[in-house]
Amino acid sequence: ETNKLYCTSVKCCIFELKAELNSDKKEKKKEAVKKVIASMTVGKDVSALFPDVVNCMQTDNLELKKLVYLYLMNYAKSQPDMAIMAVNTFVKDCEDPNPLIRALAVRTMGCIRVDKITEYLCEPLRKCLKDEDPYVRKTAAVCVAKLHDINAQLVEDQGFLDTLKDLISDSNPMVVANAVAALSEISESHPNCNLLDLNPQSINKLLTALNECTEWGQIFILDCLANYTPRDDRESQSICERVTPRLSHANSAVVLSAVKVLMKFMEMLPKDLDYYGTLLKKLAPPLVTLLSAEPELQYVALRNINLIVQKRPEILKHEMKVFFVKYNDPIYVKLEKLDIMIRLASQANIAQVLAELKEYATEVDVDFVRKAVRAIGRCAIKVEQSAERCVSTLLDLIQTKVNYVVQEAIVVIKDIFRKYPNKYESVIATLCENLDSLDEPEARAAMIWIVGEYAERIDNADELLESFLEGFHDESTQVTTQQNTQVLHKHTQNTPDSDNPDLRDRGYIYWRLLSTDPVAAKEVVLAEKPLISEETDLIEPTLLEELICHIGSLASVYHKPPNAFVEGSRGVQHKRLPARTASGESAESPDAGQSVGGVSDAPPAVIPSQGDLLGDLLNLDLAPPSASVPVVPASMQMGVDLLGGGLDSLVGLHRPSGSQYLSGDIGGSPIAVGLAGGTGGMPAGLGGTPAMGGGLGDLFDLGGGVGMATGSYVPPKAVWLPAMKAKGLEISGTFARRGGGIHMDLSLTNNAMSIMTDFAIQFNRNSFGLAPAGPLQVLTPLAQNQTIDVSLPLNTNGPIMKMEPLNNLQVAVKNNIDVFYFSCQYPISLLFVEDGKMDRQVFLATWKDIPSENETQYQIKDFHLNSDAASTKLQGSNVFTVAKRTVDAQDLLYQSIKLTNGIWALAELRIQSITPNYMLALKCRAPEVSQYICQCYELLLRN
Amino acid sequence: MIGGLFIYNHKGEVLISRVYRDDIGRNAVDAFRVNVIHARQQVRSPVTNIARTSFFHVKRSNIWLAAVTKQNVNAAMVFEFLYKMCDVMTAYFGKISEENIKNNFVLIYELLDEILDFGYPQNSETGALKTFITQQGIKSQHQTKEEQSQITSQVTGQIGWRREGIKYRRNELFLDVLESVNLLMSPQGQVLSAHVSGRVVMKSYLSGMPECKFGMNDKIVIDKQGKAGASDEAGKSSGKQSIAIDDCTFHQCVRLSKFDSERSISFIPPDGEYELMRYRTTKDIILPFRVIPLVREVGRTKLEVKVVIKSNFKPSLLAQKIEVRIPTPLNTSGVQVICMKGKAKYKASENAIVWKIKRMAGMKESQISAEIELLPTNDKKKWARPPISMNFEVPFAPSGLKVRYLKVFESKLNYSDHDVIKWVRYIGRSGIYETRC
Repeated sequence: ETNKLYCTSVKCCIFELKAELNSDKKEKKKEAVKKVIASMTVGKDVSALFPDVVNCMQTDNLELKKLVYLYLMNYAKSQPDMAIMAVNTFVKDCEDPNPLIRALAVRTMGCIRVDKITEYLCEPLRKCLKDEDPYVRKTAAVCVAKLHDINAQLVEDQGFLDTLKDLISDSNPMVVANAVAALSEISESHPNCNLLDLNPQSINKLLTALNECTEWGQIFILDCLANYTPRDDRESQSICERVTPRLSHANSAVVLSAVKVLMKFMEMLPKDLDYYGTLLKKLAPPLVTLLSAEPELQYVALRNINLIVQKRPEILKHEMKVFFVKYNDPIYVKLEKLDIMIRLASQANIAQVLAELKEYATEVDVDFVRKAVRAIGRCAIKVEQSAERCVSTLLDLIQTKVNYVVQEAIVVIKDIFRKYPNKYESVIATLCENLDSLDEPEARAAMIWIVGEYAERIDNADELLESFLEGFHDESTQVTTQQNTQVLHKHTQNTPDSDNPDLRDRGYIYWRLLSTDPVAAKEVVLAEKPLISEETDLIEPTLLEELICHIGSLASVYHKPPNAFVEGSRGVQHKRLPARTASGESAESPDAGQSVGGVSDAPPAVIPSQGDLLGDLLNLDLAPPSASVPVVPASMQMGVDLLGGGLDSLVGLHRPSGSQYLSGDIGGSPIAVGLAGGTGGMPAGLGGTPAMGGGLGDLFDLGGGVGMATGSYVPPKAVWLPAMKAKGLEISGTFARRGGGIHMDLSLTNNAMSIMTDFAIQFNRNSFGLAPAGPLQVLTPLAQNQTIDVSLPLNTNGPIMKMEPLNNLQVAVKNNIDVFYFSCQYPISLLFVEDGKMDRQVFLATWKDIPSENETQYQIKDFHLNSDAASTKLQGSNVFTVAKRTVDAQDLLYQSIKLTNGIWALAELRIQSITPNYMLALKCRAPEVSQYICQCYELLLRN
Repeated sequence: MIGGLFIYNHKGEVLISRVYRDDIGRNAVDAFRVNVIHARQQVRSPVTNIARTSFFHVKRSNIWLAAVTKQNVNAAMVFEFLYKMCDVMTAYFGKISEENIKNNFVLIYELLDEILDFGYPQNSETGALKTFITQQGIKSQHQTKEEQSQITSQVTGQIGWRREGIKYRRNELFLDVLESVNLLMSPQGQVLSAHVSGRVVMKSYLSGMPECKFGMNDKIVIDKQGKAGASDEAGKSSGKQSIAIDDCTFHQCVRLSKFDSERSISFIPPDGEYELMRYRTTKDIILPFRVIPLVREVGRTKLEVKVVIKSNFKPSLLAQKIEVRIPTPLNTSGVQVICMKGKAKYKASENAIVWKIKRMAGMKESQISAEIELLPTNDKKKWARPPISMNFEVPFAPSGLKVRYLKVFESKLNYSDHDVIKWVRYIGRSGIYETRC
């Protein structure tokens, strides 16, 4: 019957539901609310029923009440005025004699993000925090975190934080756990105030609660404990002793969080302490047990074990066998196990490991097989005694003639040759037999390297190299670079006596080149190759330390610091392992215990540079093509597009602030880079000087007649995506700045024969980080010949990449039919912020300060506005007139503009009463933007 | 914390969608469908990051459960929660299927509201939940004040898994020692890896709030007692039978600190069935069966396979549900099988010969031989030769674990340990029991 609910609801129109909701019969009412919830679930917009649903709220039927609450939580934000209708019921319910209802009311109220409701929430919440029933208190504790997320200031003003702190000493362990969770979350957004106030006494309370609360509560408490830095090694040990029993918990998350605490606090223990050894031994079995959990948890565990093995290899060194791959393991478990096997490989277990790896190399999954082959190579490099056996295993694999196995094997054999030169050249003949099958750049490059390196031992090396040269132009750079060096290489060893005239000529050229300075040439080409390191993919130590502090969390799964994938302020702080402190010297570090999370104000940890590099590369490959590019198969594009965002967010851009990044990016000049510092310093400079009495001030005539703001100029909508290019979808749009926010106003027209649904939008990286601030709200399907107007709020927190032209924006729009790309240009005035009015003094100083080479002059022809009108017009778009001066029948307007990323532009607008031409002089530390600002001047003045 | 929780059917249609955090929008629902459920490639990770949003998913039959977040959450906790969510739903309405989810969607929303608050998991023990969330709707109207506060104190209490006032006429408990024995053996008969993962599952039908103490032949405990008793005899007799447990984990009712300090397992059990503990052993495992494979390639179009299985336990015991699965190459065109015992069949769809034997006593041996005809192929890729796997069930614990006692104390009610009827059963099953060939 409910099945019917789900499907009929699609057709069932709002009208019928409305009637049913207003029915007198209770049962009918309830069924109707159920239908509404079902529609809501499948994504239908049923917000139109708001008043009717809210009318059902006052009921003594708790089931119905919960359904209405569910509806409210979903739609209150879109109908804030009507949501107020619900307030009374909430307030009443918060006084209900039944604790379950009191808790339900306070829980739901916290989820309704409407300012007016929030006001009414404070009093009931205050009561509930002190309720006699622990169930209500534990719910209220979480509600404080909810309220803080909506209005942090309110929570502080109302003193809820103190009440929450008191709850840490509550008699009920679950209340304690929820209070800890709420405080931990709140303190993440207040890194500097010492909210949790962890000290030996409060830690003791937490450890007591740890033994008594639910499994989830134990996780909250352990994760919080991990942020504490013990005063000395004795305190550290005593906490460890009380945490170790958690290692036997059935819940893997409890175990991993306990491991995190132990791994962190262990740092403080002296290594010669008996307890240190005991602890190490205690850690291994639970980690192994995690591998018998469900596959998804195994995956999380393996990613963490990978970190633990790098940090403390001794813990699991005897446990190699448990990482052997099982035939039925999911691929993600297999790949992770392989990684750990390589890390644990040592002389003691190498025979077993090799036997395993050989088995894996015959499996089906290509990625896994490749990784297994690579792993054999790593073993050879890591354990010298096994090198010979590895090489012969690799040769066996080459004999299988499975193409990707052969190629992978050749790549690793090259590495083995590099590590052990002149040792295994006997295998070269076998390698050469497989020359033809190599079609991957990396394998070809490896082979060319081998041929070149051992040229004197290969009879037909010339021919072999020649055969590679045939395809020179088609090769990837990886291969050609290798070819160049190796051909060169060969000729430094042999004089060019080849019979092949072509090769000989080429040889002569090299030879002549070389003979001008043969010593240098030899040094370059035949230089000592850098040694191959024994370990691969090691995580850079500072990052590793940080990740150890995040054991069990997503950061440990991604092997990325949280700020690489978390937006906003959360997770920005870098965590560090504590330093060892002996009991005696504890007094030396007064701030050790106070800083929340042992975080202190440490400088951010070093992030390995490859991360960014990789990000750039990925971005190059994945950036969606602009409008002119023909449409690629839909699903493919979609994957790339959506994943693109995911990938680069994974890789993460580590930039302290948008402006610095941008100015560096755009300018490339030292002047531009300096901007960030300059703007930062400016407000300080302008603070002190009051009204100006000096000569400078007299030059300025207070620009009093600025007039009222008339709202910013919005260009008319232009067609961005013609219907013929987008399977019937036509998009026209414009940009507007309203109420301090940036909006993209779109008109979507369906010229196709079918209904369009599932709209979504995404931007490519762009110069000012414009990004949609929310999803594209096209709630109803777009019928044939229908046009819908949507306003998409934008922010400037998106990823940044310099575009050409600067104000270019590449957009991808998806609907149920396909993904479409187009590009459009926004007027840069969109980015002029409201607080762009500069103090006169500062204006003057800055104008002087900006070098004259950054000044650009433009002429704006054919204008008849007087200066006041112009000033008013411009102010509407946040171009502020700082001062006005009249000299020789021309008006000079001094104006300031501030962009969203903190770049300032200063302008001098010269308006002559005789000629209809305006002269504009712009000064900006990032002169790239001047041209676009000038365009805007023209645009703004003409409209 | 968890920002939202979605349940989809196999087509990617949303059955349940509950958003807990403001940073999760409706578009997250679609992003997961497009990038994971509808992805062409096999899923390469249970955690997916799409446009700065992380998705955790598990699958139960063809239902997808996904948790979404934009924060650096405790990943292990999210998965544990998803499993718990599955357990809770199963306890309420049985199998997790599209049909059942649709029929119980109101209940599921109610549960989700209760067990996840602002993305923080709350008490999710079904024992407690069932006292106030029922399939017939909530029965709050008719509760007395005492009942209400009893519910809340149980949900938040130290013993959140058991309610007070349980009464049985007959106090009874069942203990099942369920072990799965895992083996990976080389073709030459060398044990590459072997371990037992065991579970002690308890069904308790006991009145009141009983204190229980569980004892087994754990080597550490036995050795300690042997020393304390100072009697050589005791040490000898029990020491021989004791087993070394590599690691064990316990249900949240067990007092872990007590186990850590005294290695005693004491607890107040939940009512009904639950898993008391899990453990793992690697030493002195009794491998109930040995598989001896012999594969010979005769030319390029024929394979000869002979497999011998030997049972290795007391002759008085009977193994059941024995199944040997011998993989065959993909280009198999025909198979002839001869076996001494049981039935064997070539299953082309599974690329395997499946040999089934209903029962087999200990210390016996049986054999199967097969001739496999192959189609000639140009495929250069060699056949991967998957291992031969076995399934079986034996009435003993391959780890050697023995339950020594389970004592029950209930001071307030007048029944004693002796009045409780106790049942113990041992079942050993094959886990991944493979021999390479």
